[in-house]
Amino acid sequence: MSAIHLVINNNSHDLEVAPDTPLLWVLRDKLNMTGTKYGCGMGLCGACTVHLDGEAVRSCQTPVSSVGAKKITTIEGLSANNTHPVQRAWIAEQVPQCGYCQPGQIMSAAALLAKTPKPSDTQIDSAMGGNLCRCGMYQRIRKAIHRAAQSAGKGA
Amino acid sequence: MAITRRRFVLESAVGAGAILIGIHFGEPLMRSQESDKAKKKAPPNPFDAYIHVKPDGKVSLIVAKSEMGQGIKTGLAMILAEEAELDFNAVSVDQADTRPDIYTHMGTGGSGSTMENFMPLRRAGATVRELMITAAAAKWKVPKSECEVKKGVVRHENSSRHASYGELVEAASKLPLPDQEKVELKDEADFELIGHATPRVDIPAKVNGSAQFGSDVRVPDMLFAMVARCPTFGGKAAKFDVSKAKAVPGVRDVFEIPSLGRGVFTAGGVVVVADSTWSAMKGKEALDITWDRGSAASESTEGMSEALRQAAQKPGKRVRNDGNVDAVLSNGAKKVDALYELPLLAHATMEPMNITIDVRGNEAEVWAPTQSPDWVQGTVAQVLGLKPPEVIVHTTYLGGGFGRRYMADFPGEAAQIGKIVGKPVQLVWSREDDMTHDFYRPATCHRFAGAVDAKGHPLAWFHTLASTSIRGFWDPTAPPEEQEIGGAVQMPYAIPNVRLEFNDVSSAVPRAWWRSVENSFNGFAVESFIDELAHAAGKDPYEFRRGLLVKPANWKPKNDDDVDPARLRGVLELAAKRAGWGRPLPKGSGRGIAAFCSFGSYFAEVAEVTVNGGNFKIDRMVAAVDCGQIVNPESVRSQTEGAIIYGLSAALKNEITLKNGAIEQTNFDAYDPIRIDEAPPIEVHLTESKEDCGGMGEPALPPAAPAVANAIFAACGLRLRKMPFQLKSA
Repeated sequence: MSAIHLVINNNSHDLEVAPDTPLLWVLRDKLNMTGTKYGCGMGLCGACTVHLDGEAVRSCQTPVSSVGAKKITTIEGLSANNTHPVQRAWIAEQVPQCGYCQPGQIMSAAALLAKTPKPSDTQIDSAMGGNLCRCGMYQRIRKAIHRAAQSAGKGA
Repeated sequence: MAITRRRFVLESAVGAGAILIGIHFGEPLMRSQESDKAKKKAPPNPFDAYIHVKPDGKVSLIVAKSEMGQGIKTGLAMILAEEAELDFNAVSVDQADTRPDIYTHMGTGGSGSTMENFMPLRRAGATVRELMITAAAAKWKVPKSECEVKKGVVRHENSSRHASYGELVEAASKLPLPDQEKVELKDEADFELIGHATPRVDIPAKVNGSAQFGSDVRVPDMLFAMVARCPTFGGKAAKFDVSKAKAVPGVRDVFEIPSLGRGVFTAGGVVVVADSTWSAMKGKEALDITWDRGSAASESTEGMSEALRQAAQKPGKRVRNDGNVDAVLSNGAKKVDALYELPLLAHATMEPMNITIDVRGNEAEVWAPTQSPDWVQGTVAQVLGLKPPEVIVHTTYLGGGFGRRYMADFPGEAAQIGKIVGKPVQLVWSREDDMTHDFYRPATCHRFAGAVDAKGHPLAWFHTLASTSIRGFWDPTAPPEEQEIGGAVQMPYAIPNVRLEFNDVSSAVPRAWWRSVENSFNGFAVESFIDELAHAAGKDPYEFRRGLLVKPANWKPKNDDDVDPARLRGVLELAAKRAGWGRPLPKGSGRGIAAFCSFGSYFAEVAEVTVNGGNFKIDRMVAAVDCGQIVNPESVRSQTEGAIIYGLSAALKNEITLKNGAIEQTNFDAYDPIRIDEAPPIEVHLTESKEDCGGMGEPALPPAAPAVANAIFAACGLRLRKMPFQLKSA
């Protein structure tokens, strides 16, 4: 066990945890932040996607000891009341069905838009290709990303 | 489709200033999965749901329908709000307690929720409206006919009076209930919610991480458990060493659980209990187990496929026999032979199986992402030696269902573990556990022989279906074809000589209901082979089908599963029109069509593909839908898109294979569903229909794969008869 200091959604946390523990399980089991999901444990499905200093990473493949001083953002930290442009677009396009993969989808999309405010379909495919949706809502995800890009462009 | 079994029983238990109305739902079309559960006693009352009209005018529909993304909580609220003349936001749909003594049916499956509920819920809603108008008219001493009602307020224009449902509920609760069979329903032309796209009520919580799935349940002092199961079906641990596992920090206990028998079908195994999921995973990895691989350790996909091919060549049980197929096939007409093969498939819900249980002496509390809370309750009670009412089951959101979450295996394991742990414990299945211990879609082989005459009219259709049947796994005494022949036995094209035969192939691999069940394989086989006959006849595949979808003047459905040829032709024509059937495509591209009815809904789909060497790309999917009366068009569109993608994942990429009795695919690397860059644009075209509601969770799936296979044939002349599709070996 090691003492670990994490900054998650602008809040500081000090924990005792085995250093090889994936960030995913620290969030879910130690901090009860269950918005970030377990899907495959191998970085194949993207359900566990969070941001480290704004970069989308798979938290199931991120040992907590490797986070260091990087700031963690989870789905719970994206906005207080579904006001982030990606969340608003996800509601407008009625993206989720079961919803289990959507925290990961939304975090991948938010990271994409932060770097690429007007992504092309090819850029969307590239950034979102690691996120599986078994309900098959890809068409809506694509539309919602374009919608979020437009609304952000309007300063909304 | 006439559904005559619907009836509606109403009874009130009027509380202080509130109204409670019981609703009995109709039977689902699917001969239900519930037939496989333990035989149930007749319930003490006839209700499946209750409407609770509260003193504040808000209305709660209390019903055991699991939300797995199909939007059922939204759809049911729309139906009730429409007929009760309530503001949509005044209605909440609340998860019923798992009380089989109160609710007759609790399962969610078979695409049945809307079709079972639509008319009963309308009548119950109309009853609420009628009670409120009656109460207002009596209070104001005016004729009921002068009262109008809108958004939960009754108005009497002549005297400028109005009263909300909240103000009227106490008086209304003292009135005799109107005769529910005679209560006046709204004119469908006046619908303001039903048939109008309505945002789903569950979506806001699903974009901010607050929606609670089964694996998100957190109970004070809870532990986490994982199970190491024998890789082969029917095997068990011969010996195991727990010392390394127990040495993993956080691991609290390691013990063995036996397999549970027929009906629950758990594998048994070695359980690791820890204070976090990660410690349980590490502990499981550290287990040293020698498996007794059991009697099915030599099963392989090669062996299963060969057994299926042989079974498809043999005479089978005749389940349909029109005319004289043999005479026509042997008399020299142009003959077409084909063999189709489909693999086992896993459900692969995004949320792996999990369940949380707290066994407290003479009672237990369970939090389950389940399609069948009453089956969870019964199984847990049985394992713990409790009575079902002593087991409280909470149904959470489901991270995908597709039939997998109907099963009682993970609840059975949880009960075994919870009893030993004696504290709240969450059983977590890894992705590997989920993929290698599923209840799989059966593997099938379809042999066809068909004949067309010199003018291109089809004369004969002979289909022999061999499958590793679902019923053969669950109940060897049941007719094995029961859940295998749907969609094949109703082959809807007007061909004078038709025969369907069935042969079962045994296997130790667990099988059960995968999205659209047998329609998933029969849809592909039937809609591919009719395409082969069209080409053999030298006809356009769309025109060929259209000409064979003939509705006789005196046509009546023989049963709920019978296909109305006119409705199927309707969607076929709509899909062809919207897709621009017949419009030229570039060289290397092709268009294919397929039409199929299942779960009371009619679908036709057109695929456009481009073939490039050994690869192909789906450029576009066009779907036409006739699901009868539409409740929420938004959900109909969304389910159509989702079922098509689910079907295309199987068509293009997924198969479950066996080696030495074990499933070879363990994660999304080897069983990789369609991803965003592979997902074609999907256009959905709806039919305005006044027919009874059909199901929507499944029926868009079966035509997707044959539409693509037929398009590939049109593009390059290769006929794909094996899933997943491979152009190189076709």
